[in-house]
Amino acid sequence: METYYDPNDLPKFSSIGEEAPELWEKFSEYYGAVFAGGALTAREKALIALAVAHAVQCPYCIDAYTQACLEQGAGGEQMTEAVHVAAAIRGGATLVHGVQMKKILEKLEM
Amino acid sequence: MPACTETEINAVPPIPCFESKIPNEEWAYTYDTVRTLQMNVGRLCNLSCKHCHVSCGPDRKEIMPREVAADCLRAVISRNIQTLDITGGAPEMNPNFRWLLENAAKTGVNTIVRTNLVILDTEGFRDIPELYAKYGVEVVCSLPYYTKRDNDRQRGGGVFDKSVTLLRRLNELGYGKDEKLRLNLVYNPGGAFLPPSQSALERDYKARLMEDHGIVFNSLYTITNNPVGRFREFLDRSGNLCGYMERLYNSFNPGAVEKMMCRDQISVDWQGYIYDCDFNQALGLRAEGPATIGEWAEAKSVRRRIRFGSHCYACTAGSGSSCGGATKQ
Repeated sequence: METYYDPNDLPKFSSIGEEAPELWEKFSEYYGAVFAGGALTAREKALIALAVAHAVQCPYCIDAYTQACLEQGAGGEQMTEAVHVAAAIRGGATLVHGVQMKKILEKLEM
Repeated sequence: MPACTETEINAVPPIPCFESKIPNEEWAYTYDTVRTLQMNVGRLCNLSCKHCHVSCGPDRKEIMPREVAADCLRAVISRNIQTLDITGGAPEMNPNFRWLLENAAKTGVNTIVRTNLVILDTEGFRDIPELYAKYGVEVVCSLPYYTKRDNDRQRGGGVFDKSVTLLRRLNELGYGKDEKLRLNLVYNPGGAFLPPSQSALERDYKARLMEDHGIVFNSLYTITNNPVGRFREFLDRSGNLCGYMERLYNSFNPGAVEKMMCRDQISVDWQGYIYDCDFNQALGLRAEGPATIGEWAEAKSVRRRIRFGSHCYACTAGSGSSCGGATKQ
């Protein structure tokens, strides 16, 4: 598989800790705690993560959280809806920033 | 450390031999008594599901004859078996199925039938739900998901709608409501990933099946797909085998070995040969000791060393997996 991002790099994530082990350890502990079940279920968190992964367009997270969502019992329909939620928020944010464009436009036009 | 056979090493990605991972040597043996006799009455089936580990289908010729079924019932009596677990294929398609239900009921054994549901709406089989209720059979139904799209993708178009109709029929007969008529569902993943929490998914199934279809049931079992049979073919074809085996291995739960179903179960094939489980049966991995259920019923001891392989990582991943669902919740 030829691609800009190499899927085989995903398992190498922890190598980022080699030059900054203390920070990596703090991040890992925090990350693990975030995804534990709490007020939200593990599945709800996995779906949120999948949506965010699409919003920030991280291919590693899309890969990892597609698997995680399936393994938390989410189906393709739920995952697709979550992606649409991300698209709506991201698209909505783009549009609402259009208000700034309109204000500048009104100032500049006669 | 036991050496892995060359065949096994070549068959799957290089992960450690399962036996080398067993934390307690005693767990490599069965208990001194066997609780469950699982009989696979043949591979004939009206469906060809993608996850099927025994590659059942409408063209299969393997059908358990009555003499072998009778041997199983004799073993139930002589070994004081508590649970008779009837599976296939579609077990209902065995011509001796009604005879088997009637005679199993006479022994007093708790009888489970693993049905695909759709068979119960097929010409020649529509009387069977009433037989289930009459004999107090515990019905275990495969329902890979609670939505039509995901269910039909795995089992074929129209299967979900028929399953819903038949679950309602079973409810009308008292299943899922009457204490003596247990109705349990089985979820298995629709691909190369592990099952979710059994309790969490059961809540979803119960909520959705009630809300959408008015259906009730007792329990949901989540089962890890075992990399044998048709599922193994899918893994090979789709390039998922390495990733899946690594996932199973990385999810290895040492404590789940103690509760593996093979430790208090015997599995019988359509010819009467015995195995540690249905997956070993699918692989043709015969049990140690007596060769047939007839011989096993008369043997001095039922204790045996279990024959393990890399496929056993499926039963020890995460919460552990068995035909009765998660083993360590």
